[in-house]
Amino acid sequence: MIKRSFIGLIKPRMKYEAIELTPPEPREIPAPKQMTLLLNEPYDPFGQEKSLQLKKGDPIKTGQKLALHEDSEAYVVSSATGTISALSSFIGDFGRSYTAISIDVAENEEIDEQFPALVKDATLETVKNFLAFIPGNLPNVIVSPDQSSTPIETIVICGVDRDLLITANQHAVVKESSAVKLGVQILKQITGIDNIIIASPEHLMQDAGLSGAEVRVVNPVYPASLPQLIMRDLLGRVVPAGKTCEDLGVAFISAQAVASLGKAFNEGRIPVYKHFNLIKKDGTSVLVSAIIGTPVRDIFTAFNIDAGEKDRIIFGGPMTGESIYSEDHPIQPDTDAVMIQDQKSLALVSDYPCINCSECIPICPAKIQVNMLVRFLEVGKYQEAVDEYDLYSCIECGLCSFVCVSRIPILQYIKLAKYELGRISRAEETNV
Amino acid sequence: MFEQKKFTVSHAPFWHVGSSVSARSYNIIFAALPAVLFGVFTYGMPAVGVVALSVSSAITWEIAFNKIARRPPSIGDGNAAMIGLLLAMLLPATAPWWLLITGTFVAVIIGKQIYGGIGANPFNPVLVSLAILTLSWKNFLDFNEVLVNYDFSYPMAYPLASLKHFGVFAISNLKPAALLMGRQSGGIGAIFGLGLILGGIYLIIRGYIRWEISISFLAGVWVTALLFNMVDPAHYAGPVFHLLTGYTLIGAFFLATEDSSSPVNFIPMLIYGAGAGMLTVLIRNIGAFVDGVVFAILVANLVNPLVDKIRPKALGKVI
Repeated sequence: MIKRSFIGLIKPRMKYEAIELTPPEPREIPAPKQMTLLLNEPYDPFGQEKSLQLKKGDPIKTGQKLALHEDSEAYVVSSATGTISALSSFIGDFGRSYTAISIDVAENEEIDEQFPALVKDATLETVKNFLAFIPGNLPNVIVSPDQSSTPIETIVICGVDRDLLITANQHAVVKESSAVKLGVQILKQITGIDNIIIASPEHLMQDAGLSGAEVRVVNPVYPASLPQLIMRDLLGRVVPAGKTCEDLGVAFISAQAVASLGKAFNEGRIPVYKHFNLIKKDGTSVLVSAIIGTPVRDIFTAFNIDAGEKDRIIFGGPMTGESIYSEDHPIQPDTDAVMIQDQKSLALVSDYPCINCSECIPICPAKIQVNMLVRFLEVGKYQEAVDEYDLYSCIECGLCSFVCVSRIPILQYIKLAKYELGRISRAEETNV
Repeated sequence: MFEQKKFTVSHAPFWHVGSSVSARSYNIIFAALPAVLFGVFTYGMPAVGVVALSVSSAITWEIAFNKIARRPPSIGDGNAAMIGLLLAMLLPATAPWWLLITGTFVAVIIGKQIYGGIGANPFNPVLVSLAILTLSWKNFLDFNEVLVNYDFSYPMAYPLASLKHFGVFAISNLKPAALLMGRQSGGIGAIFGLGLILGGIYLIIRGYIRWEISISFLAGVWVTALLFNMVDPAHYAGPVFHLLTGYTLIGAFFLATEDSSSPVNFIPMLIYGAGAGMLTVLIRNIGAFVDGVVFAILVANLVNPLVDKIRPKALGKVI
């Protein structure tokens, strides 16, 4: 943890982890005995109207596409061979519900034949049907662009990592540059978008240049690699409050996803190994490679980490991650880091009021009046927060909560407010 | 399922710089100590009594209000102790016990708690209290009257009172160095200029107060006093005298910078500080009161919400 310096006049400056130019190979975790895949579609065993395609005991092969119903758009790709042991419902943050597909992994691996047959010719259709679940996650706006929204004109490849202590994307830029290069070509081919930019830290400029995309350098200080700030600093376009980068025709994709895309067509099989950082209790970070669906328990076992009562397990980095409640939680395509904190070193929040100390004002990259905003959010006046104190300008970097003297969970209030406002506006739309 | 380990689940971010409200209060108390100790050495045991009673009664009022309002005890944050200490620093060493208990009641209950506690007070609680004490029991706060039994090797007339009643001639024998070293009459913690400046620099470096407010307050005092002095040197004292006497320094570093009642944006902080500094000299030179710091900062507190509307445009704001 980064502590306040004795000289408090200096604002905390948190640098992103910079990968070495010849990084060690990531440590590979063997395929687990049991794994879970989270399918982004709600599962309701009693109220299902459509018949289920999947059931307990179904044999599945590596690379096989699993969808809940015949016509559902959401699918996962199995990262191992085995049999389905259970289907259950899983509720994530802010009520997002998933279908958890548990799989007993068999010893012999069998490769599904569908994707290898299509590999000769890279088309958007193939990518949409088979590669939405590759390590690094392909964003929806690229795979299945919505006709009604702004067409994507620019693709930004993130050769930097979103959060502190993570090197997964930089690793893809350095070690998998040929796959990234092929991935960029495929991206251009399937989307027809020529304007592809790679955002990279300064010391990786050369490696990033090999990809064939236009290189732009990102400031190595948090939170410069968040999409809205990349838009402002690298593209010179400010995202209006309440809009997304996609609304301006810019899509973001991680370097790892581009590398996976390249590998898929190069090797003729869907990649299943996800690279991510394991941030241990002492704050050190190692790069790990494990198949998608591996429960975190297996990763902790491999590194002799003892996850005890009241410890905190986090998917993602220290500033923007999400904490999880079970060691069975699987590695997902977009998991860039798994972090564990000892219960003794947890920074807990408090219910103390804002004392107006002004720590959050100079540190906010979006220049929001956080001290006033939080007063509205605490009492649930969300619309006033939007109208008067720029709730929608927030880019969710978490720096305000990080420096808050009263330890108010400001970012949580902000996310909750956005979620509630979204719910209200959806309800109003359906009522009219 | 039931033997499952229970993990701590919460929201991002999962790191914190480790600052806290209590550390803030205790650092301000720590920074005030040089000035307080100097006052104690100068005025002896009566000053110890005033400081001790003021701090303890402030804490007692806070816990009493917590009990009545059925809120969790909030004395642990050190804010009540800080209020008590700052109030004692402004008072003469001879302040009677009932004045202190009334003063801390006004500061803690009327100045802070009835608005909802820490962070919600529109005015600096210490100054609200001192203003009410000044208006109610003027004689107990007249330094010339109450410190009459102290006799030191240096003049014991309250400098600002001398200036007000007898003009520049009466203060011509006061040397800036002597004023800085605390050889003057005044409140327990307000006379030792050097100690206050050191404490202020400590707080600025540690980031516990906003330097913009302190510096612009001092600049406001200096510039306004200089203008008056240039116009009529025979009537109005020079800027250095105004900086080193009365509550100017304690006001700049400990009172104007109170978190809740001061602005947070850069330009508003400058306006707020400079405005309070200017008003201080205006009240001293042409107003009815001997020292203007108390009312000047209270008036600045009043306009704080308004000036703090001057703020940078948020990222992506359309209008």
